[in-house]
Amino acid sequence: MYHYKRLNSDQSFFQKIKNLDYILLTCILILSILSIFIMYSTDGGEFLYHTKSHLTKLVVFFVLMLTISFFNIKFWYFCSYLLYGVIILLLIWVSIYGIKVSGSQRWMNLYFLALQPSELMKIGIILCLAKYYHRASIEKVNSFLSISIVLTIILLPIILVISQPDLGTSILIALSGLIILWLGGVKIKYFFLSFITFLISLPFIISNLQPYQKLRILTFLDPDRDPLGAGYQIIQSKIAIGSGGFSGKGFLQGTQSYLDFLPEKHTDFIFTLFSEEFGFIGSVGLLLLYTIIILRIIQIGVISQSSFARLFCFGYAFAIFIYITVNLSMVLGLLPIVGSPLPIMSYGGSSMLATMIGFGIVMSAKVHNQQTII
Amino acid sequence: MIKDNFRIRKSDIINRRMFIIGAAKIIIFGGIAMRLFSLQINDNKKYLTLSDKNRIREWKLPPTRGNIVDYFGNIIAGNLKVYQLHVIPEQVENFNYLISRLKIILQLSNKRVEKIKKKKIQLKPWESLIISENLSWDEFSKINNYLYELAGVKPVMTISRDYPFSDIYTHVLGYVSQPNENDILANEIIQEKFVPGIKVGKLGLEKTLENDLIGINDIQRYEVNAYGKRINQLEYQKGKPGSKIRITLDTEVQKLSAYLMKGKAGSISVMDIYTGEIIAMYSSPSYNPNSFLFGISQDEWQLIRNNPLKPLINKTLSGLYSPGSTIKPIVALSALENGIMDTDFKVKCEGKMELHGQTFHCWKEKGHGWMSLNNAMKQSCDTYFYEVARKLGVDKLKVTADKFGLGKKVLGEYFENEKAGQFPNTKWKINNLGKGWVLGETLITGIGQGYTQTTPIQLCLMTAQIANGGYKIQPKILTDDNELTSEQVKKAMLDSKINDSYEPLYDDQKNIKIVQEAMFSSTNEIMGTSYKSRIDDPKYQFAGKTGTAQVKRISKRERELDLETFQIPYEERDHALYVAYGPYSNPRYAVSIIVEHGGSGSSAAAPMATKLFKLIVDRHQYRKKLSDYKEFSI
Repeated sequence: MYHYKRLNSDQSFFQKIKNLDYILLTCILILSILSIFIMYSTDGGEFLYHTKSHLTKLVVFFVLMLTISFFNIKFWYFCSYLLYGVIILLLIWVSIYGIKVSGSQRWMNLYFLALQPSELMKIGIILCLAKYYHRASIEKVNSFLSISIVLTIILLPIILVISQPDLGTSILIALSGLIILWLGGVKIKYFFLSFITFLISLPFIISNLQPYQKLRILTFLDPDRDPLGAGYQIIQSKIAIGSGGFSGKGFLQGTQSYLDFLPEKHTDFIFTLFSEEFGFIGSVGLLLLYTIIILRIIQIGVISQSSFARLFCFGYAFAIFIYITVNLSMVLGLLPIVGSPLPIMSYGGSSMLATMIGFGIVMSAKVHNQQTII
Repeated sequence: MIKDNFRIRKSDIINRRMFIIGAAKIIIFGGIAMRLFSLQINDNKKYLTLSDKNRIREWKLPPTRGNIVDYFGNIIAGNLKVYQLHVIPEQVENFNYLISRLKIILQLSNKRVEKIKKKKIQLKPWESLIISENLSWDEFSKINNYLYELAGVKPVMTISRDYPFSDIYTHVLGYVSQPNENDILANEIIQEKFVPGIKVGKLGLEKTLENDLIGINDIQRYEVNAYGKRINQLEYQKGKPGSKIRITLDTEVQKLSAYLMKGKAGSISVMDIYTGEIIAMYSSPSYNPNSFLFGISQDEWQLIRNNPLKPLINKTLSGLYSPGSTIKPIVALSALENGIMDTDFKVKCEGKMELHGQTFHCWKEKGHGWMSLNNAMKQSCDTYFYEVARKLGVDKLKVTADKFGLGKKVLGEYFENEKAGQFPNTKWKINNLGKGWVLGETLITGIGQGYTQTTPIQLCLMTAQIANGGYKIQPKILTDDNELTSEQVKKAMLDSKINDSYEPLYDDQKNIKIVQEAMFSSTNEIMGTSYKSRIDDPKYQFAGKTGTAQVKRISKRERELDLETFQIPYEERDHALYVAYGPYSNPRYAVSIIVEHGGSGSSAAAPMATKLFKLIVDRHQYRKKLSDYKEFSI
């Protein structure tokens, strides 16, 4: 009974609706509508499979996000370790029974959705570490035991994801985890030291990379090395973006995409299409929209009473920032090609599910911002 | 309280560290925006070009070949509309069914069907597959009747080369056909304009003037997708047909030549003795160039190739013959020029001449008796010319022969298969055969046998230069009003203009006159070898010299047998030659006629000249009218 009461706030349902963050909600809605138009364009200006599927998922996951936001932030606090554990189990399950597509085993078939647990882990790791640092006292944060535990929490999913293999997602998980470490107060010198260690061990890491991953790095360094092979994607992507110009070629007028020169235009390269059709103005506008979302999430973190909520919001804001940065840098030819979707815009259920869950928890933190967690 | 303190410290750390990250974020997003700026604003043009390069592809269409016309503007190589049948595989539901339907409608052979199927595999499904390059009207209308049930079939009207006079111009014009690898590699312009279905010149003027005739392709610009499929047409850029080429030949004379040579192997050439314009140039037998346009059938090719009369050889330019007695005007001229003899010089012909134990026979066994130059030329007395040659020597003779164009290509810039022939001298024999010259060889050179080899066009030029009073002319096959780009041909045309300056080839023009009179006697006086072929009407009257070239040494036994021509096997019969010019009172045209294995020049070759001169002289007024009009209009 007590337990039940603790997980419910004193607010009524209508108060909760009133307390929803409408700035964030508006931004997410705009983003969703944009993404449907873009998906319509990738389908060649017809209402086809990708558009329909994307629309359905958006509607379902948007409702899911609202539902999540009505749960007290305390509830998510309690569930954090559990969720982390469940996702770890899913990752293990996938590594044994998962569906294998083009050489990597990442998916589990849920019939309505091919679920990619590694995407969910992007949220799971933030939840788990946010709870850990909420509970840990500031003195013990830098103890050997604490750091060992935290590193284990991070390394466990990374090892599972890297073995799928999926380098891109595992890097995103690692970065999301590390940022919570940073926010949680781990000493700067540790970050510094481990960064140097990383640099030293880089040659060994590279020698252990899969051939296709090495190729991607080489291609990134010189895309013209093999213009019809590995460099093709990045060259065509740059051509599409560059040819967009100041105001773009116009909606449904992107020749690079319309004539199939763009690879992966539904998923990782969705920004390329957007940029080709809407130009510099559109691209900077989209970047601005994402910036507003990130800043709003940080703001929600700042007004949150509990460290858990704050850590989660800051962590999630950073994670979204990282997703965007990695994706855009990739399509703009600033980073090697690692599979990473653009939040909400890219086609793909798991990524959208994870993103919407994240938004849901942030919204829950906003609705219940006065909630303290002892 | 303590706990609260901790909480505050904790949130301080969190907030402070968040602020550092926030700053980093803004810098990074700023960086991304700058990258966008550099790609989309700074390098926009570059990427826009690249994007257009991606999506726009050009398709060249075969250019329209320029016409070739004769002197009077009649088209002798033109373009004809032809009907073709194309199939676009991706629009076909059941390809095998369609092919079997077409096979029945067009009565395609099994071999052809196999070929089509093989070709289909090589093509992309949206590229058109050519089923038939040249449909007859019947086939075309038949296909149109069935069109509703033949999805993917496209009847197409296109343009193809056409030679309306069939075989009479083949050795002059050559023919066009699909280019092979060598054609493409050898000519950059073909390389640049190459499209499947293009036809290029394989021989003759069609090949030499390729760069001017070929024309400029029509270009279609299409938007294509990443797989090269055409999405829509953006532009159609009209090309330009190739230049029109006018040649100096007269179709009427060419036609008559072909008619006269029917069934015989040999050549007829006619030349304007002042301008060097070639009026006719026919090598017999010829073949139909239209057969090569769409690939010649194996049977037809074998028929042409194995014909014993050798139609593939352009005998006018590449046929090498002993000039026989047609060389005698040059021998006489050389002797006169070198002061070896004068018109009073006489030799007694006894039917043969002994030299160092060797016997040299005259064609007339009983002998001609006492011969002067005029008589010797008239009756073509060999003994007389043996004696003249002996006194003259071969080296001096060659100087004169060279001047008149023997042993040198005449139209080399236009016809790559032309042969130079040779006129020997002592040096030539040592260099080429490694043996010293024997006086006996001088004797037979004097009657046009032995090492001397000439082409019919050389004999024609030689005659023309005697006829015009001994002036050098440059033969030409293109009229001066052609505007050509090809360097090689341009130079040849320029040369011909320069050489119209009529450089004299004689030391004393009197000598030319003597030779001319001797040639006149040969045709127009009783006992002359071509007396039977003369025309008394001064309008057409011509002067000439017969020649009979042995292809084989006559043995003693054969000499005793004295066989008639038809009794000798074809390959062993003598070549019949005749060179002539006319009209005698005011000469304008020179003719050389060669009938391979035709027997004697007086019986086989000279009678053709009679018919030729009648036509040539009649045609002259039209030709003159046209050139006068041209000059007037300039």
